[in-house]
Amino acid sequence: MESSTTPRTSATVCGMGHSMKRKEDPRFIRGQGHYVDDIKLPGMLHMDIVRSPYAHAKILAIRTEKALAIPGVLAVITGETLKQYNLHWMPTLMSDTQMVLPVEKVMYQAQEVAAVIATDRYIAADGVEAVEVDYEPLEVVVDPFKALLPGAPVLRTDKEGKTDNHIWHWETGDRAATEKAFAEAEVVVKQDMYIPRIHVASIETCGCVADFDPAMGHLTVHMTTQAPHAIRTVFALVAGHVGLSEEKIRIISPDIGGGFGGKVPVYPGYVIAVAASVVIGKPIKWVEDRMENLQADSFARDYHMTAELAAKKDGTMTALRIKTLADHGYADAAANPSKFPAGLFSICTGSYNLPIAFTEMDAAYTNKPPGGVAYRCSFRVTEAVHAIERVTDVLAQELKMDPAELRFKNFIQPDQFPYKSALGWEYDSGNYPGALQKAMDNIGYVELRKEQAEKRQRGELMGIGICSFTEIVGAGPSKDFDILGIKMFDSAEIRIHPTGKAIARFGTKSQGQGHETTYAQIVAEELGIPASQVQVEEGDTDTAPYGLGTYASRSTPTSGAACAIAARKIRDKAKKIAAHLLEVSEDDLEWEVGKFSVKGAPQKSKTIQEIAFAAYTNHPPGMEAGLEAVNYYDPPNLTFPFGSYICVVDIDRGTGEVKVRRFMAVDDCGNIINPMIVDGQIHGGLSMGLAPALFEEISYDEQGNISGGSFMDYLVPTSMETPNWETDKTVTPCPHHPLGAKGVGESATVGAPPAIVNAVVDALSHLGVRHIEIPMTPEKVWNILREKGVAE
Amino acid sequence: MADHNINIKVNGTERKAQVESRLLLVYFLRENLSMTGTHIGCDTTHCGACTVLLDGQPVKSCTVLAVQADGREVMTVEGLETGGQLHPIQNGFWQEHGLQCGYCTPGMLMTSYALLQHNTEPSELEIRQAISGNLCRCTGYVNIIKSVQHAAAKMHADQTEVKGGV
Repeated sequence: MESSTTPRTSATVCGMGHSMKRKEDPRFIRGQGHYVDDIKLPGMLHMDIVRSPYAHAKILAIRTEKALAIPGVLAVITGETLKQYNLHWMPTLMSDTQMVLPVEKVMYQAQEVAAVIATDRYIAADGVEAVEVDYEPLEVVVDPFKALLPGAPVLRTDKEGKTDNHIWHWETGDRAATEKAFAEAEVVVKQDMYIPRIHVASIETCGCVADFDPAMGHLTVHMTTQAPHAIRTVFALVAGHVGLSEEKIRIISPDIGGGFGGKVPVYPGYVIAVAASVVIGKPIKWVEDRMENLQADSFARDYHMTAELAAKKDGTMTALRIKTLADHGYADAAANPSKFPAGLFSICTGSYNLPIAFTEMDAAYTNKPPGGVAYRCSFRVTEAVHAIERVTDVLAQELKMDPAELRFKNFIQPDQFPYKSALGWEYDSGNYPGALQKAMDNIGYVELRKEQAEKRQRGELMGIGICSFTEIVGAGPSKDFDILGIKMFDSAEIRIHPTGKAIARFGTKSQGQGHETTYAQIVAEELGIPASQVQVEEGDTDTAPYGLGTYASRSTPTSGAACAIAARKIRDKAKKIAAHLLEVSEDDLEWEVGKFSVKGAPQKSKTIQEIAFAAYTNHPPGMEAGLEAVNYYDPPNLTFPFGSYICVVDIDRGTGEVKVRRFMAVDDCGNIINPMIVDGQIHGGLSMGLAPALFEEISYDEQGNISGGSFMDYLVPTSMETPNWETDKTVTPCPHHPLGAKGVGESATVGAPPAIVNAVVDALSHLGVRHIEIPMTPEKVWNILREKGVAE
Repeated sequence: MADHNINIKVNGTERKAQVESRLLLVYFLRENLSMTGTHIGCDTTHCGACTVLLDGQPVKSCTVLAVQADGREVMTVEGLETGGQLHPIQNGFWQEHGLQCGYCTPGMLMTSYALLQHNTEPSELEIRQAISGNLCRCTGYVNIIKSVQHAAAKMHADQTEVKGGV
């Protein structure tokens, strides 16, 4: 696969490599986006949810009389209501179960307890206030380590025969060889680290309008989902027994105000709204508020990790071992591929030539919301990268080596690709030393080290942190990757109209990534039809081909590839039509952007537009009319984007505040479709890496009360905390993707946090600091400064 | 709950309605007037997705009652475009990739518009301070700042052109 950094098409055609201005923007900048909460249907009713104040409690009684007495309140739905239809429990994507509405007990604070249906949003909220619930509090378990101790109260009493809070054990790698390598190692370092619970907090919360048509038996659900097709199938599987058959279900995912993984799961609110619409026969709108969003929707992270690295005295890494305890809340409602309960955590050997590795993980139930979704990362890759990039710096500190030098010493070299990792992945392509060297040259690494040394003399605290990450995205090859049995291919369907314009539809769903632009550019690249004349549609299951949706940086690796292949199928047919029109053999034709011409006689040619017209007006005898194709792309491998980030921080000795002074990100996502959009994705990803490193955390007290349950105390970074991101790239094409592209949406979220932590630890390393847990709040840092006697 | 007769000039047009005391301005705009460009993101005045101008000042319409806007002028994102021409701030966001999912965009546009009304050449820091009450989860703010600078430059050039013409 060739590296393409300069566009092959004109600015009019606007194929790959052009920074085309986004086609979706004209509606957004006019306030004419079309989000779920903008939908208003005739007769539409509103739903609001009663939530539990307790983290663990028996429900003794739910009294609805006062609520139902309020004019405009039409119904109160409880677990007992849903139980009549056997819809009070539902399966999670990880084949666990979770409650839609409880019948016996609640398992976390803010859990759904009942739903009020009313004529107006305000009246629905009045109804929620008037529903009376009697609870009997039960013993609460918030610590996953305590949850696994003998004698801990068993939380999932619904599971017959369950005697503990253990969910699953997963391991991979060679345990015996790893133990031997550690026993024989010259140097061993070990570091505990906790990646706290965080929340994607997309600015649009979750919601839906469920619209059941009793006459036809059709259900349309307009909903905030990243995976509309999969959701349709899930609804059909869950509610088939009450007559919702898949051909009568239509999921429409309109404009989505940010997803980041939080809009993959099926939340109880969606299911209650659907049930209410079916029972009442009217459209029901449910849109959660920010507090509900933060307190009850799927969380991310919550991994307690212990990482160990074995090495020689010269810094050569010889083995890696990581043990993890995952806190899944009261249900495993992660959104991982079925065979990967810990996602793709086994990318934890990172960018290094580690010959031996072993990782094991256990998951526990606690009295917290269920989840384990991504926060803009591909299935637990952030956790894995944090572990390896942190423990690498710990090793550098132990050996008194420069962290850059240690990385160069251990990088998988460019000539080792395709590279088989110790934990079983086949890395497709990479140039790790190239990316790190570029980042160091760009930021002036050597000079920064000098500046740091001078500042230390003066007592100033400045740190430089490196992260050289390897991502694993684009799930995935169907032999290993499925969700609830549905293989993780994705799709594209392209139709060329008689006048040479096109419509293209996909199984993915943009939530801000700019698919309407980039997919159009792929069609332009392959067929020479200007991207401005290619209409892109996603998100309507009645019209788009089936696909698994957008998350895990998979749109370009899967649907992007499908788009290229569908376009090439169209080109193959176009060639036959061109041969017919030009009265030559197909073998005599050659393609250049937008037309077929006769070899040696370039004046004899047919443009794609002429060919398209002929496909409907003058197609060859024996050939089907029309010019369209569909492709379901099953990727042969995952893709492995990578990069090297360098962060420079200054620490205020008076307040403990960490100031990110500079941040240089060199990314390699293979060939690039739209450089402007890629840069924008990296900016956003970096900001969502900064956030958990310095600000965001959702924690619980011993009673299971949430802190960080509103934007009052869940600190999403503003323009004042976010630095000016500096970005650059290297281009190492993916050898197995038809466009050589790898995907980019999440690289920066994965790579940024360890770079920032490494920088802060570096600033304090001379004081004996080896590790700091995230978020590195001023309070946390100031306490370290005070302990070390350097606080002002 | 008492009802009130209100009269609010929204984007230059008088809109009369009878509303409950508790009705928030953002719901009045979105539900009563079906002007859905103004978004709701947090309900607690933190995210700024609901920012509109009240008598020229940016306010978060999720914590302003509709009755408080009685007799006053409100400007929303729908009021930026005039005569089929995008306002330079709208074009700036388009040209500089200042938006991704588009959800925070109307609020960002209104806050930026208000800034440029009284500060035609804002520094980067002044832009950062002005938009610090508007959260964006997609862009990392860098391109939003460039978008505002793009608009400031265009407005400045337009003004110079007008003056030069006189």
